[in-house]
Amino acid sequence: MSGASAAHPEELDAIIVGAGHNGLVAGCYLARAGLKVLILERQPYIGGAAVSRRVYEDFTYSNCSYVCSLLRPEIMRTLELPKFGLQIIPYEGGCTMMQEGGHLALYDNHDALRREIGRHSKRDAEAYDRYSRDVMRQCKFIKPLLMREPPDPASFKPRDIQELLYLGRRLHGMGEERMYDTLRFWTMSAADFLDEYFESEIVKAHFAGSSIIGTALGPRSPGTAYVLLHHYMGDIDNTVGAWGFARGGMGAVSNALGASFTASGGAIRSAAPVAKVLVRGGRAHGVTLVNGEEIKARLVISNLDVRRTFLETIDAQDLPDEFLHSVRNFKIRGSSGKLNIALDGLPRFPAIPAGSPSTRGDMHVTDTIEMMERAYDDWKDGRWSRAPYIDMLIPSQIDPTMTPNGKHYMSVFVQYCPYQLADGPWSAAKRQAFGDTVINTIARHSPNFKDLILHAEIRTPWDIENEVGLTEGNIFQGELTMDQLLFNRPVPGYAQYRSPLKGMYMCGSSTHPGGGVMGAPGANAARAVLRDLRLAH
Amino acid sequence: MSNAPNPKQFDCAVIGAGHNGLVCAALLAGAGRTVLVLEAGAQVGGASITREFAPGYKVSAGAHLLHLMPADLLRTLKLESHGLQWAGQQLPTTALIAGAPPLTFNHGVSMEGLSAADASALGAYQERMRRFAAAIAPIFSGIPPRLGTDAWSDRLSLLRMAWRIRMLGKHDMRELLRIGGMNVYDLLEEHFDSAALKGALGFDAVLGANFGPRSPGTVLTLLYRLAAESAAGDTGLSQPKGGMGALCEAIAKAAVAAGAVIRTQSTVARILIEADRACGVLLESGERIDARQVISNADPKTTFLKLLGAAYLDAGFVRRVSHIRSQGLAAKIHLALDRRPPFAGVAEAALKGRMLSAPSLGAIEHAYNHAKYGEFSTAPTMEITVPSINDATLAPAGKHVLSAIVQYAPYALKQGWGSGRQRFLDASLDVLETLAPGLRACITAAEVLTPADLEKEFRGSGGHWHHGDLAFDQILMMRPVPGAGQYRAPVEGLFLCGAGCHPGGGVMGIAGRNAALQVLNEPRHNDVMTS
Repeated sequence: MSGASAAHPEELDAIIVGAGHNGLVAGCYLARAGLKVLILERQPYIGGAAVSRRVYEDFTYSNCSYVCSLLRPEIMRTLELPKFGLQIIPYEGGCTMMQEGGHLALYDNHDALRREIGRHSKRDAEAYDRYSRDVMRQCKFIKPLLMREPPDPASFKPRDIQELLYLGRRLHGMGEERMYDTLRFWTMSAADFLDEYFESEIVKAHFAGSSIIGTALGPRSPGTAYVLLHHYMGDIDNTVGAWGFARGGMGAVSNALGASFTASGGAIRSAAPVAKVLVRGGRAHGVTLVNGEEIKARLVISNLDVRRTFLETIDAQDLPDEFLHSVRNFKIRGSSGKLNIALDGLPRFPAIPAGSPSTRGDMHVTDTIEMMERAYDDWKDGRWSRAPYIDMLIPSQIDPTMTPNGKHYMSVFVQYCPYQLADGPWSAAKRQAFGDTVINTIARHSPNFKDLILHAEIRTPWDIENEVGLTEGNIFQGELTMDQLLFNRPVPGYAQYRSPLKGMYMCGSSTHPGGGVMGAPGANAARAVLRDLRLAH
Repeated sequence: MSNAPNPKQFDCAVIGAGHNGLVCAALLAGAGRTVLVLEAGAQVGGASITREFAPGYKVSAGAHLLHLMPADLLRTLKLESHGLQWAGQQLPTTALIAGAPPLTFNHGVSMEGLSAADASALGAYQERMRRFAAAIAPIFSGIPPRLGTDAWSDRLSLLRMAWRIRMLGKHDMRELLRIGGMNVYDLLEEHFDSAALKGALGFDAVLGANFGPRSPGTVLTLLYRLAAESAAGDTGLSQPKGGMGALCEAIAKAAVAAGAVIRTQSTVARILIEADRACGVLLESGERIDARQVISNADPKTTFLKLLGAAYLDAGFVRRVSHIRSQGLAAKIHLALDRRPPFAGVAEAALKGRMLSAPSLGAIEHAYNHAKYGEFSTAPTMEITVPSINDATLAPAGKHVLSAIVQYAPYALKQGWGSGRQRFLDASLDVLETLAPGLRACITAAEVLTPADLEKEFRGSGGHWHHGDLAFDQILMMRPVPGAGQYRAPVEGLFLCGAGCHPGGGVMGIAGRNAALQVLNEPRHNDVMTS
């Protein structure tokens, strides 16, 4: 136990509001450093958006996030998640099906994918070597930045200057040509970037897919190119199954984190919604629950998004106007929906050869960038995409624990779906119509798909907001645009997990480096807390 | 000047007599170099010419107003003594709204017809944007430094940039670093309510750009324009008497007065290389002209891939050049009118300036949506001027000329401009008719210049006004491409001076001026050898 809390053994060192994966990660690091930590969760279950739930009979749905791709390996190791039950099973393949039949199969193996690309364009197969080399180079540049605190360029504090110099040195170390490439890569649109390599529409569409997931941008929006990194982040860590299923669904990630946390002495209270953060004299010193109960702690760390944290749980009078103004201007936009479907059997996809591993990973049906961009145009007009981009998986093929024998679970992530429709609020009928659009999109590629559907859970951004508590149902707790990254995330001057209130911290995806089930914001926030308590460097 | 002029031997050969080429030539000649300007067209000016499009009706073929040319450059070249006169200065901007009174706004003067909240927000917004523009103006008008070199001049220049931004103060600096990466849609939504106001302010961010207001990077393009205005001395919108062509004629006179030789109808076929150095040019006529330095006002693709040839460049550089995004999206429409155009509710003063038809940010975005797929919108947005109001020499007595920049008109139109041209004109006239009921009946002749036409007529690859999109990855030291971002080509003795270089297009002349500085920075080949 830390000397800090020895004086008042009853007093908590820290309360974490929200048991999302970042809250749990932060909790783990703090508990391991000897702090007395309590995590409060609104729902009767932990995990936030990384959950496994039984909504229909004996089917387990990963009903929000659905893929384990970005979880930092150092976090997994340090928190001993495999020991606490986390098992990640890699995708075995993947594919993009074409509108007119045919497909592009996806492989983890570079040479296999290169051969497959060559089936569509010989020139693109050659370009693929250059492409993966260039993107990998950017991965190597960005990777160490994920687990660091972004510097404040407007500050003259030694630590900020030191971090700025670190950034400068890393950039400079790349050499002149690579520096330009880096600047371009970070500011280009995915479409323009891919045009510099590939000629085949299907190849471009395949790579562009990851650039739009969860964002209110289209593949032609500048600043989307860097999201292409996500395909390569796994390779660079040299971890098998960087893109994989968590055995038992995404809830397994949260459960392993929860187990690691309690094993280190932390406590979790679920079904304990926080109403307000207690503030006195510019300092946070605990929370009040919705039921009126007050819990005191030396520190409060919020896993909620920055808008909820500062506009809903803290009174405006306790915060500087300028900060509140910035928080109100932080863009969090709902742009994605989700379908969880229970199937009576495995759907057939005639475009995919029988026995191919291509159905045992992520499947897509958008074969041109134009189709993706048009899907985005619909979103801008306040309606769901008439031909949406979907990221579809059938995890039960690989993890049979998720469904009864012979049955299957399909997870369908849908881009784009607005939080607010132009023609008025969401209704049950509109939700169903949205679901039908997605189901029909899939049925065009699978003749027996509709007949197999036993149950479909349709989730709009509005539903995700209400259940998970993410503003507008945004999976990243805030747009990942240039104006909201690094030292601008979540707001300029407060990008270092701290806030204008003493003792009040942020650890959610609203902070650097943002969303995805990565855990980096939680780990970075914990480090900031420990540094302030002089328990870490 | 030391050497006796040999008609075939010059210090500098400038390819193209666009405004940048002429500025560059005038400054080089003024510094004592022997300069030859070679222009393929029959008159000087490139896309900045005034030409007759119907009997008795003349119009500026490209840009129709001047607001970006630095005041000190105008003074240095003594353009007014070389015949430049102004038909109008400090012209206002007016947002036209079909069926509602127009909103006129001028520099620093709030718009009438706005809510009190918008009016006060506008003042604060303009004030702040001007502060930002003033901070980046020196970066904008200088020669961009190279990155990652060990040269002190580059490092100093970068530090100076950082320092200027730091000197804005903590608060403004943070705001600049935040909005710098934003889209103009979000920025304006943060400040204003009025759709018409947002449309008008947002239009400037996408004018000439391959962007809609929701594209990230449009605050940058807006700041870019404001920084250019700031670098120009915030002189406001001006209209040269006789159109843009008159401006270029004045620059040409300044160049000739300084000793430069200008030859029109002399198309350059090749840039000549000897011993890895540019040594002159070959004309299409077969004539060879020797020059120690060759400066190209042509766009980068034409310069490197056509005039020089990939054989003299390394493969990576050629790839970068071929990837420059340079397909234009702005068309010009010229109308000959038999009377003053009947713009509803527009005061005389407003008719003299520029009028915008961009009723809301959504309307601009919708117009842009089509362009992404090689189509044009049935409701295009436009910047309209009636230059004959200020300058009677442009049209027969009592008649008028309307000149409009219309967006978006994609270079590679799917249906082809053959059949698309008339439909595009009709769509544009439909918009104009709602703003000026009865306009159609006044039209005696009409001309459409699509990007494809601009490419053909002015030999700019892609028909792009800026010789290449203005976007994060194509500005500063990355413009036109890394490795040529300081007006120097990777081949010794070859320079670029056109809009494809930093800081881009618009009738600005900064690229021409900076290129001249770089040419003068290079030690004179002969001097070194003979001294």
